[in-house]
Amino acid sequence: MSALDIKLFRDVRRLWAQVLAIALVIGGGVATLVLAVGSHRSLEETRIAYYERYAFADVFAVVKRAPKALASQIAQIPGVAAVDTRIARLALLDIPGFAEPAAGQFVSLPDVGEPLLNRLYVRAGRLPEPGRAEEVVVNESFAQAHGFAPGGRFSAILNGKKRELVIVGTALSPEFIYTVGPGDLMPDDRRYAIVWMSEKALASVYDLDGAFSSVFVKLQRDASEREVISRLDALLDGYGGQAAFGRKDQTSHAWLDHELDMLNNMSRTLPPIFLLVSAFLVNLTLTRLVALEREQIGLMKALGYRDGAVVLHYLKFVALIVLIGIVIGSFVGTWLGLRVTGLFGDFFHFPFLVFARAPDLYVIAGALSAAAAFVGAIRALLDVVRLPPAIAMQPPAPPSFHRLVPASIALERFVSQPTLMMLRNISRHPIRATFTTLGMALATAILVVSLFLRDTMEQLIDVTYFLADRQHATVSFNEKRNENVVTQLARLPGVLATEPFREVPVRIRHGTIERRIMISGRPPDTDLRRIIDVDLRPVVLPSTGLAISGWLGKILGVQAGDWVEVDLLEGARRTVTLPVLALVEDYFGIRGMMDLGALTRLMRDTPVVSSVNLSLDDNKREEFYAAVKAMPTVSGVALQRTSLANFREAVALIVTTMASIYTGLAAVIAFGVVYNNARISLSERARELASLRVLGFTRGEVLRILLLELAILTLVAQPPGWVMGYGLGWIMKTNLAGEIMRVRGVIEHPTYVAASAIVVLAAIASAFIIRERINQLDLVTVLKTRD
Amino acid sequence: MTQPIFTAKALTKAYGLGELQVNALNHVDLEIAEREVVVLLGPSGSGKTTLLNIMGGLDHPTSGRLFFRDLELTRLNDRDLTNYRRRYIGFVFQFYNLVPSLTAYENVALVTEISDRPMRPDEALSLVGLEARMHNFPAQLSGGEQQRVAIARAIAKRPAVLLCDEPTGALDSKTGIRVIEALLGINRQLGTTTVIITHNASIQEVADRVLFFADGRISRIQQNETRREAATLSW
Repeated sequence: MSALDIKLFRDVRRLWAQVLAIALVIGGGVATLVLAVGSHRSLEETRIAYYERYAFADVFAVVKRAPKALASQIAQIPGVAAVDTRIARLALLDIPGFAEPAAGQFVSLPDVGEPLLNRLYVRAGRLPEPGRAEEVVVNESFAQAHGFAPGGRFSAILNGKKRELVIVGTALSPEFIYTVGPGDLMPDDRRYAIVWMSEKALASVYDLDGAFSSVFVKLQRDASEREVISRLDALLDGYGGQAAFGRKDQTSHAWLDHELDMLNNMSRTLPPIFLLVSAFLVNLTLTRLVALEREQIGLMKALGYRDGAVVLHYLKFVALIVLIGIVIGSFVGTWLGLRVTGLFGDFFHFPFLVFARAPDLYVIAGALSAAAAFVGAIRALLDVVRLPPAIAMQPPAPPSFHRLVPASIALERFVSQPTLMMLRNISRHPIRATFTTLGMALATAILVVSLFLRDTMEQLIDVTYFLADRQHATVSFNEKRNENVVTQLARLPGVLATEPFREVPVRIRHGTIERRIMISGRPPDTDLRRIIDVDLRPVVLPSTGLAISGWLGKILGVQAGDWVEVDLLEGARRTVTLPVLALVEDYFGIRGMMDLGALTRLMRDTPVVSSVNLSLDDNKREEFYAAVKAMPTVSGVALQRTSLANFREAVALIVTTMASIYTGLAAVIAFGVVYNNARISLSERARELASLRVLGFTRGEVLRILLLELAILTLVAQPPGWVMGYGLGWIMKTNLAGEIMRVRGVIEHPTYVAASAIVVLAAIASAFIIRERINQLDLVTVLKTRD
Repeated sequence: MTQPIFTAKALTKAYGLGELQVNALNHVDLEIAEREVVVLLGPSGSGKTTLLNIMGGLDHPTSGRLFFRDLELTRLNDRDLTNYRRRYIGFVFQFYNLVPSLTAYENVALVTEISDRPMRPDEALSLVGLEARMHNFPAQLSGGEQQRVAIARAIAKRPAVLLCDEPTGALDSKTGIRVIEALLGINRQLGTTTVIITHNASIQEVADRVLFFADGRISRIQQNETRREAATLSW
């Protein structure tokens, strides 16, 4: 190995603390990218493989009752590759030792062979035997939530009759990755089950022999989904069919899509920011580190090394640091990525995981870090290499300092000499001071944007659960009920107030853009479930016209006052034109709202109710649960409090897990920046500080001079850091918003405080390390030699 | 005098501009012969180091001409000056300028690796009496030993010229004398032209010629009839 290369490795070893600090900054950037994009790709590929292997359908439709023979007609629709039909019904469950009412989606399994589409992955046990009405398979998450294994028992009210059921197996299905019960916002594994039963048994319970109630279609590769849906709708129209829909509107798929989207958006937003910030910081640090090598560069030139050789030597040094950073980042990123993929894989109950290999990520992350580092180093190298060696070997000439204020104002009278030194030092290198400040501000900013997600979730919870949806429970029914049901419910024990509403599926259209949504009709003076406008004030629904989600307004390009076309997908199936009278602030889903009376008039039928919001007396909950479980018409009861808990568990899991990881990486980057900055300042000024020690300054005083500058720059960096953090938060918020869920950009003051506190702590930790260095400062050698 | 190895004509180096201009070197004319040992004496700021740096191709003069044999140094660009240093010049500095992260042997190898027909590093180190301490790092060597490593590093490429800026400046007298002995030994064995800057008047007696500097000019030249042995020096 050449002497220069030996020097290289020894230098890396000598400067290990700084090398490691820079490598950590690079590693932080690389890890974020590898983690975020890697885990997203893995989950995405897992989902694709899962859908593929278990034949997840493309188009879904629900009917009241249609003859099985219709299936062959559906199969003849051009573009249809496969058709499968089944019976599906909602029913209330009664689980031993579980007071709260739970609901089950009962789904039929063919008595011969496997389902053609939406096949099951049996986790434990077996499938029900044909015709055995008591044997069921349940989804794994429900079984786990209740500790059920094959052999477990519970009962259900099927078609008004309570039946005892035996679990013979647990299973997963691509159709029910995410399961949201009727009337609920959130998945709840304890209170909502998917129950598979022999078709023969289920048909006899619901009197559906030779008929089906839902149908799935797998499309040919080049088929038009729109075309197939409209033909399917035409076929199903006479059988009480609701409009067919694609995967986009299938609850499980849409939710999963949204979660993956959030992960993807996070991976598209944060890692580039992290990577850029780390690149900038590495650039900054290496510029100064190489500038410190000035005398050695001069020596190498004096010995006859060519400029190119000198530059190459230092670039190798930089490359080594970058390499260490990339290796650390890749390992940490891959490890975190596997953990995150596993975590989410468990959460989604994927039967298997596909880990996507992503060599391109390492290349992108590595190339960007390396480029930034090289540019930084070359900038400094050119400055030094351009000097004649005789000059380079001397310490740089004392820079010319200037008075900060005219001599007539004796600043010295107000501030001590050390403070003056610090102030002049900052003003002497304004660009360096600015960049250092910017670097620390960026560290604060990435912390703010990592922490901000938590605030946003809390705000969303506040508005959704405490400002808007203030009901304690929502009771849904199997079929639409007449208004008597409200009085019936009001008489149940513990019910304090009732608010009925009706939901109608529609297609809403403005120009060429359309969406499938529910319009909910609400009584005029709702107090439990309120509608909140963008200023977070409750709004009263106008007696005619439509209020829609603000997000839907954005999708359709609709303002208040515009008209939209609405296809009613129930009952008379008309297309009407309605005015949009208000845009509503909501964070989940997209929907429309109307006055209940107006909706009834629009549907041209009698007043009916699809669900009722209730306010409950906390002391009588148990009695209420018992009573409502006995009502045969009820298909599900959503509980707000449980829903909130589930929300925190479900959505917040992704957001907070990722936010915590990002915050950790941001903290590492912040420490790397602050430490490097302090350490390089020490090297740059070692002689000056040693001279002060010789003059009789104590270690503490010398430390103060050095750290005062660090402290001032750290503090000055905070406000711009907050502003940049807010900006990054806004970008993040915008990227996270979608049809399923969106957030309002909120950053609470404690978040700014926390971000700054982490940076300040990093500064203090650096100060302690630097203090050790100052204590070790060898006065004589520092002053005597120039090595 | 044999054919000169250096010829300087009106060599001038100015720093600063206008009123603040300082002539570090002011129209210096000079010839130095092959194999000659020359000592430059004079107070700080008299122009010795500036001349040495320009002769070594480390710096450019403001005006005037300087020849190394037939090569006009003042016409060379940085790249050619680097080649010139690489082939012909060895430097010894007051503060040794060793690379702290390399051992004595490796510091010498730093130069032999880029030279055409160098000695082996251990050979160079034995010429300065340091063969036993080859594998020590600079921090493990005394000042005199470090300076001798610097000399070994300078001579390992068999340079035509050895330029020494205060080689004993940081050393006590006993160590300083060993260093001068080493320099003279090299001059004798290899015929290396040697230019030594010093503040130490005692060292002048080992030279063939002594150039006295004042205010950027050569104020006096002293020709020594016989060169004194380094071992007999004291200060």
